[in-house]
Amino acid sequence: MRIEGRGRVDRGTPLRFRFDGREMEGFGGDTLASALMGAGVGVVGRSFKYHRPRGVLTDGSAEPNALVTIGDEPNIRATMQPLFHGLQAVSQNRWPSLGFDLMAVNDLAAPFLGAGFYYKTFMWPQRFWERLYEPMIRRAAGLGALSGKPPEEHYETAFAFCDLLVIGAGPAGLMAALTAAQAGAEVILCDEDAAPGGRLLAEVEDVGGVAGHLWAAGMAERLRGLGVRVMPRTTVTGAYDQGTYGALEQVVPAGVHPGGAPRECFWRIAARRAVLCTGALERPIAFRDNDRPGVMLAGALRAYVNRWGVAPGRRVAVFGNNDDAHRTARDAAAAGLKVVALVDSRPDAVNLAGDVPFMPGWQVTQAIGRGGLRAIRLAGPGGRGRMLEVDGLGVSGGWNPSVHLTSHMGARPVWDPGLAAFVPSEAAVPGMSVAGSARGRMGTAACLRDGAERGVEAAGELGLRASMPDLPEAGDDLLRLRALWAVPGKGRAWVDFQNDVTVKDVRQAASEGYGTVEHMKRYTTQGMATDQGKSSNVVALALLAQATGRDIPGTGTTTFRPPFVPVSIAAMGAGGRGKRFAPERRTTTDALSRAMGAPMIEAGLWYRSAYFPREGETTWRQACDREVRMVRQTVGVCEVSTLGKIAVSGPEAGRFLDLVYTNTMSTLAEGRVRYGLMLREDGHVMDDGTVSRLSAHDFLLTTTTAAAGQVMRHLDFVQQAYAPRMALRLVSVTEHWAQFAVAGPLARGVVDGLLDAPMGDLPFMGCRAVTVGGVGARLFRISFSGELGFEIAVPARYGESLFRALLGRAEALGGGAYGLEALNVLRIEKGFLTHAEMHGRVTAFDLGMHRMIAPGKDCIGKALASRPGLVAEDREMLVGLWVAGDRAPLAGAHLFAEGASPVSENDQGYVTSACWSPTLEQWLALGFLKNGRARQGERLRMVDHLRRLDVACNVAEAVAFDPDGGRMRG
Amino acid sequence: MGFSGWRILREGLTGNRGWRPHWRDPAPKSSYDTVIIGGGGHGLATAYYLAREHGLTDVAVLEKGYLGGGNVGRNTTIVRANYNLPGNSEFYSHSLKLWEGLEQDLNFNAMMSQRGVLNLFHSDGQRDYAARRGNSMINQGDDAVLLDREGVRRMVPYLDFDQGRFPIYGGLFHPRGGTARHDAVAWGYARGADRRGVDLIQNCAVTGIDIEGGRVTGVQTTRGAIRARRVGIVVAGRSSQVAAMAGMRLPIESHILQAFVTEGLKPVIDHVVTFGMGHFYISQSDKGGLVFGGDLDFHASYAARGNLPMAEHVMEAAMTLMPVIGKARVLRSWGGIMDMSPDGSPIIDRTEVEGLYLNCGWCYGGFKAVPGSGFSFAHLIATGRPHEPAARFRLDRFATGRGLMDEEGTGAQHNLH
Amino acid sequence: MRIDCPLCGARDRREFSVLGDAAMAVRPEVGADTQTWSDWLHLRDNTAGRLRELWYHEGGCAAWLVVERDTVSHAVHGVSLVGASDAD
Repeated sequence: MRIEGRGRVDRGTPLRFRFDGREMEGFGGDTLASALMGAGVGVVGRSFKYHRPRGVLTDGSAEPNALVTIGDEPNIRATMQPLFHGLQAVSQNRWPSLGFDLMAVNDLAAPFLGAGFYYKTFMWPQRFWERLYEPMIRRAAGLGALSGKPPEEHYETAFAFCDLLVIGAGPAGLMAALTAAQAGAEVILCDEDAAPGGRLLAEVEDVGGVAGHLWAAGMAERLRGLGVRVMPRTTVTGAYDQGTYGALEQVVPAGVHPGGAPRECFWRIAARRAVLCTGALERPIAFRDNDRPGVMLAGALRAYVNRWGVAPGRRVAVFGNNDDAHRTARDAAAAGLKVVALVDSRPDAVNLAGDVPFMPGWQVTQAIGRGGLRAIRLAGPGGRGRMLEVDGLGVSGGWNPSVHLTSHMGARPVWDPGLAAFVPSEAAVPGMSVAGSARGRMGTAACLRDGAERGVEAAGELGLRASMPDLPEAGDDLLRLRALWAVPGKGRAWVDFQNDVTVKDVRQAASEGYGTVEHMKRYTTQGMATDQGKSSNVVALALLAQATGRDIPGTGTTTFRPPFVPVSIAAMGAGGRGKRFAPERRTTTDALSRAMGAPMIEAGLWYRSAYFPREGETTWRQACDREVRMVRQTVGVCEVSTLGKIAVSGPEAGRFLDLVYTNTMSTLAEGRVRYGLMLREDGHVMDDGTVSRLSAHDFLLTTTTAAAGQVMRHLDFVQQAYAPRMALRLVSVTEHWAQFAVAGPLARGVVDGLLDAPMGDLPFMGCRAVTVGGVGARLFRISFSGELGFEIAVPARYGESLFRALLGRAEALGGGAYGLEALNVLRIEKGFLTHAEMHGRVTAFDLGMHRMIAPGKDCIGKALASRPGLVAEDREMLVGLWVAGDRAPLAGAHLFAEGASPVSENDQGYVTSACWSPTLEQWLALGFLKNGRARQGERLRMVDHLRRLDVACNVAEAVAFDPDGGRMRG
Repeated sequence: MGFSGWRILREGLTGNRGWRPHWRDPAPKSSYDTVIIGGGGHGLATAYYLAREHGLTDVAVLEKGYLGGGNVGRNTTIVRANYNLPGNSEFYSHSLKLWEGLEQDLNFNAMMSQRGVLNLFHSDGQRDYAARRGNSMINQGDDAVLLDREGVRRMVPYLDFDQGRFPIYGGLFHPRGGTARHDAVAWGYARGADRRGVDLIQNCAVTGIDIEGGRVTGVQTTRGAIRARRVGIVVAGRSSQVAAMAGMRLPIESHILQAFVTEGLKPVIDHVVTFGMGHFYISQSDKGGLVFGGDLDFHASYAARGNLPMAEHVMEAAMTLMPVIGKARVLRSWGGIMDMSPDGSPIIDRTEVEGLYLNCGWCYGGFKAVPGSGFSFAHLIATGRPHEPAARFRLDRFATGRGLMDEEGTGAQHNLH
Repeated sequence: MRIDCPLCGARDRREFSVLGDAAMAVRPEVGADTQTWSDWLHLRDNTAGRLRELWYHEGGCAAWLVVERDTVSHAVHGVSLVGASDAD
C-alpha cells in the first residue's frame, strides 16, 4: 500500500504496468518491487523447492524471492527493476498460477524432502533415473524460462581506464571520489543504483545540513564537475589480477526497447587503485515460517517507507537484535504506520524508536499467514507468550559488510565478534582498500570520514598530494547488537529463502557428517541460489558452528566468487554474437569468386573458394572433376594467398633457418626454392612449406594456412631466445602479397604473357623478382598439383586484377579457375601433405621424411625425434590406399587386416584423406598404417562403422600419379 | 543402514532423527597397510576399490582439507568415453562401464544421467577427425553416431545454424555420455569406503614421505607420523609438491580451468553440447543451471580463480553457437587447478621408490575418469601390476616416446593443450 | 591480468600468449643425451610461488618476455626481454 505524503517517488508521474496480467499503477522512481508493494501485491514469487508463496525480502540486488520474468528475460529482480510505463512482469516457477501452484504439494511432503534426500533414493530400477525421476525433477526445478529466441537487443563490452575506481556511491564512496578527484586523480565512480547515495537513499537523515539523498545528488554533480566519471546502474562484478575489474552497466532496463542503445554493457576497468565502498547487507533471523510474505528485512522495510512511500501493510512490527532495527520502528511510526511492537531480543536494550510499544527480551517465534502475514507469535522473558496481529514485519539480525569483492582473489574475510560479522582481511586485493561499512565502520559520519581517508591514501599511492576535505556533519550511530541467529522452537525456520534451506537442514547436514562449511553448503544447497547466499551465508555458518560445537571462525568463513551479481551471457559474450566470434579473413579474390558462384569454405579464419561451378553442373563433384582434369590437361588458376609468408632477412638468416628446419637452408642458392620441414621440440612435425632465397640475405618462407600464426610465434621465439645475437629480422608478410598458383601443361604461356619481360629458363624450384604491368612481383616455379606450375605474387591490392588477367589468359587456352576441392584432389593424387596428414602426432619418420633431418647440424626437435618410440617400426606410416569398386573411401575410416574383426585390438591404421581421382579414374586415399612402408601391395579391410563402409583396399605408395615428377619438372 | 525410499519415508515420519554420519571421523592410527594421499574423487574411489575389489581395508585416505574438496567438487560434471587413441580409448571405456550402475553399487544417488554428449564439427577436416574418433569408439565397443547438419538440427534445434561464425557441419553423438552430480560421486565413494572399514581422515596434510633403502615406509602428516607399506599419491593440483617429498620431479604443470553456472532455468538444454571451434561445452544441471566451461587460462596457476579474457571468450562462444541462452545470467564462476601433462593424458604408474605409486596428470578430464582411475590405481597398488585398461598411462612414455597420447594433436609438450 | 611489457607498457592479458617455464629459453647442449633432452622438455619444478616464465606479446610488439610471476597470487614481480638475460 502507498503511504500518503511519504517517499521520494514522483507522484506527478503515474505509470501503468501489469503483473501477471493485472493492471496496476506506480510512479516514476519506483522499482517494480516498490510499485507492487504500493499496489498491495504481497505474493510476488514462489520458492524453489517447496513452492512457498513469497513476498519481497530486500530492497536491493540480494533479493532471493521477488524474481520475475519481463519480456524475454527471466529471473529479473523486482527490487532492481526500474518501473516504466507499460512494463509487463510475469511471475515464475508456479503452475498454473502464482496464487494457486500445484507444485506447492512439495511443501506438504517437506519431511521427506529434507537436505540431500535425492542422494538416498531414485535409484531403482536403474533405468528409471533417465526415464522418469530425472525428467520429473528437471521440470519441477529451475526458476524462470528462457524465451527460446536470441536476444533482440544488442549488448556491448568496453574497456575503461582510471587512476582510482570507487565502487559504491554511498557516503564513503562519494567522499573517497571527492578526495582523490580534488588531488587530480582520474576517478570512476560506479554504483548499482540509478541514484547516488547508497543507504542515504533509504534514510531520513541529514548530511551537511540537508537531506542525505539530496546531499548525495549534489555531491555527484560536484564530482562530475571535477571530471569524475559517475556510472550509475553499474555494478562492479569482480576483482581480477593487476587491478582489473569487471562491471555490468544496465544501460536500458529489461523490457524497454533500447532503440540504438545496448541493453547492457560489460566493462573491463583497469584501475591503478580502487576503494571498495559497497556498504553492508542486512541479514534475517531464522524463526518458524519467517518466509511468509510480509516478513522482510527491517532496513528494507525502512527503505520502502522512506524512499518509495510504500509498506507491506498498515500494522507492522519490527524484530531485531540491534539498535538499527529501532530506526525502522521510528521511521515507520513517523510515516503514520501503526507500529504494533518493536521486539528486541536483547533484554537490556534501550528503546531508540520513540513512542512505540517496546518489547525488550522478546523474540518472534512464528509468522502466521500463508498467503500474507496476518500475525506473529512471540515469546518473552519467563516463558510468556503473545500473539500480535500484523501485516508487516521488519527483521534484523545485524548487518554483514559487503566483503564480496575482497574474496575474489582468494583472501578470506575475518570474523569481527563485536559486529558478529565478517570484515575484509588486510590487503585482500592488491591495490584495493575498503572504506565505510564495507569494513565495518557503521554510521554515516564514520563512513564519510573513512571514505575521505581512504581517498587521501589512494591519492598518495598514486603519487598525488591530497588533503582531507571538510567533512559534512552527519549522525554517527553505533551498531550495537547481540548475535541471534535462530529463534528456538518447532517448525521450519528459513535460512536460505530461495533454495528452501531451513535450520533443520543445516543441522541435519551436520548430523550426517557434512560438518565442514563447504560440505554443508553443497549438501543442503545453501548459498547456491541466485543471491549466492548474500543473506544466508553467515546465519548458516553460525548455525553450523552451533550444531558442531565450534565457534564461528573455527567453523569456516564465507567466500564469494565472481560475479557479485549475475551477469548475462549476452553482455559478457557480446563480442561473439553472430559472425563476430572470430575475425573473417578474405582473400583478394573473395568478392570476385563469390560473383563467379564459388561456394566458400572456412579454412581457419579464411574463406577459400571450394570450386567454380559451370552451367549444367549440379554437384560439387562434377565441378571438382572438371577442374582437376583442366589442370592436368590445360591450365588452372587458384588463389593461394592464405598460405603464411614470412620474410627472413639478414646475413645470418640462412644459419637461423638451419636451426628451425630439419634440412639445410643456408646452402640454398639464390633464386632457388627448397621444400622444408619443421619440427616441434617434441620431435613431431609442426609444419611444412617452401623456402625461397630471393637474394643472399633475403629468404621467404611459406607455411600452411592453418599453422601460419603458430610458425610465426615459434620463429620469434627461436630467434629471440636461442639466437638473439644472430643478425636477422623476421616479418610476417602474409597479408602483403596476393599469390596465385598457375598450374598445368599450358601454365608457362599464361604466366609469361603477363610478365613485362619473359621469364626465360626459370628452372623447377626456382624463383625470381619480376614485374607485371610495372608492378614488382615475385615468381616461383613450384607445384602443389604435380603439374608444371608457377606461383606469382603481387602486392595484395593488385590481387584481383591479376586474377582477372590470369583467368582471361587461361580461359583462352581452355583453362580456368580451380578451387580448394580440386586442389585437394590434385595433391592427394600426388601424395602431397596437408594438416590432414600432419595432424600433430606424426613424425618425419612416419611420413617417410626422416632423411630430411640433416645429420650434420642441430635443429629444433632433432634430439627428441630420435627417441626410440618415435622411430619404431610398428609406428603408423603414411601410405596410399587404392580402393577397387564403387564405394568411396572415407577419411576417418580405420584399417584392418583382411579377415580381421574390426575391433580395437586389430586396428592397423586409419584414412586421413580420400577422393575420386578423375585422372586415374580410381578411388584414392591417403592414410597411416602400422609399418606401412613394408606393406606395399597388401590387401586391407577399410571399415567405417559410422557410415557403414566396409571395403577392400590395397596398400600403395603415397604418390599415385606421376611418381617420377616428370610433369612438374617439365 | 542403506538408503532407500522406505528409509526416507520412515525417517520423515519420525522427525528425521535417525540419520547418522555418512562416514566416521576417525583419528589416524600410527600404521596402515596402505595410505592414499588425497581425498578427492580419485583417492576416494581408489580406497573404495581397494576394499571392494581386493579386500584391503587397512587403508587410510589422508585429506588436507575436506573430502571431495578438489576438482571433483569443481568441474562441469561431464562423463564420456569418446577418445580416439589407444590407451585413453580402453581406459575411458572401462570407466564408463563403472559409471553405469555406480549408484546401485554405492547405494548413493550420484545422478549419473546418460543424456548424450554431442561434439559439433565445423569443417570437412573436423568431420574426418570426428569420424576417425567415432570409429575408434565403436572399435572399442562404445557407442557413437555421426550426424549431419540436419541430424544435429533435429537433436538441438536451438543452435544458431545460420548466423554463427563457424557454420555447423554436423556432430559426433555419444549417447552413453552424460553428466553426474559431482559432489555426490565423492560422497558416495567416501561412504562406500568408510563402510568397508577404510579410515577417511580429513584436515590431515602430508608433509613428508618416508623412504628407507629405496622403499616407502610411511608419511609425515600434520597429525603425526603414519607408517605404511604402500603409499599412493593422488593429489591433482598438488602432484608436483607431494611428489617432490619423495624426491621426484614430474612432467606436470598446474593450470587453471574456469567453469561457470547460470541461474536456474526451466529445461532448455537436454544434452551435453560441445563447440568444435571455441573450446566451449555446456549442459544443464537438474537444478536448472546451465553449466559450462572453456579452455585453460593458459598461464600456470595454483589460484583457483580465472581471469576475464577466457571467461569472456567462453561467453562469446556461447553467443555465436547458441544465442538463445544470451539472457541467462552467470551466477558463479570458479576455477580448478589442473595437472597438465605434456601430452594431455594421465599417469597411473609405479615410481622408482618401491611401494610408492603415482596417479596424476588428468588435465581437464579427470571427473569422468574417477571410477576407472580408482579401479585401476587400486589394482596397481594391490597387485603391483598395471591394470590392463590403464597399462599405457606410463610415466616413462615421455622419455621413450612410446605410446604418447596427444589426442588433440597440439603437441606432446607443455603449454600446447 | 595485466603485464608490463618493457617495450609497450602495461597491457591486458589478452594481448599475450604464454609458453610456460623459462627453462625452455635455454636448450641443452647439442649432443646431450636423450634423457637430458627429455627431462628438459617434460619435467617441471612446477613452482607454487615465484616462477620465471615465457610470455609472448603476440598482440603487440612480438617480443618474447621473461615474466617473474607468482603462480599462487598472480602478482608480477618483474618483466624483461628474453634475450636480455644472456646478453651479458
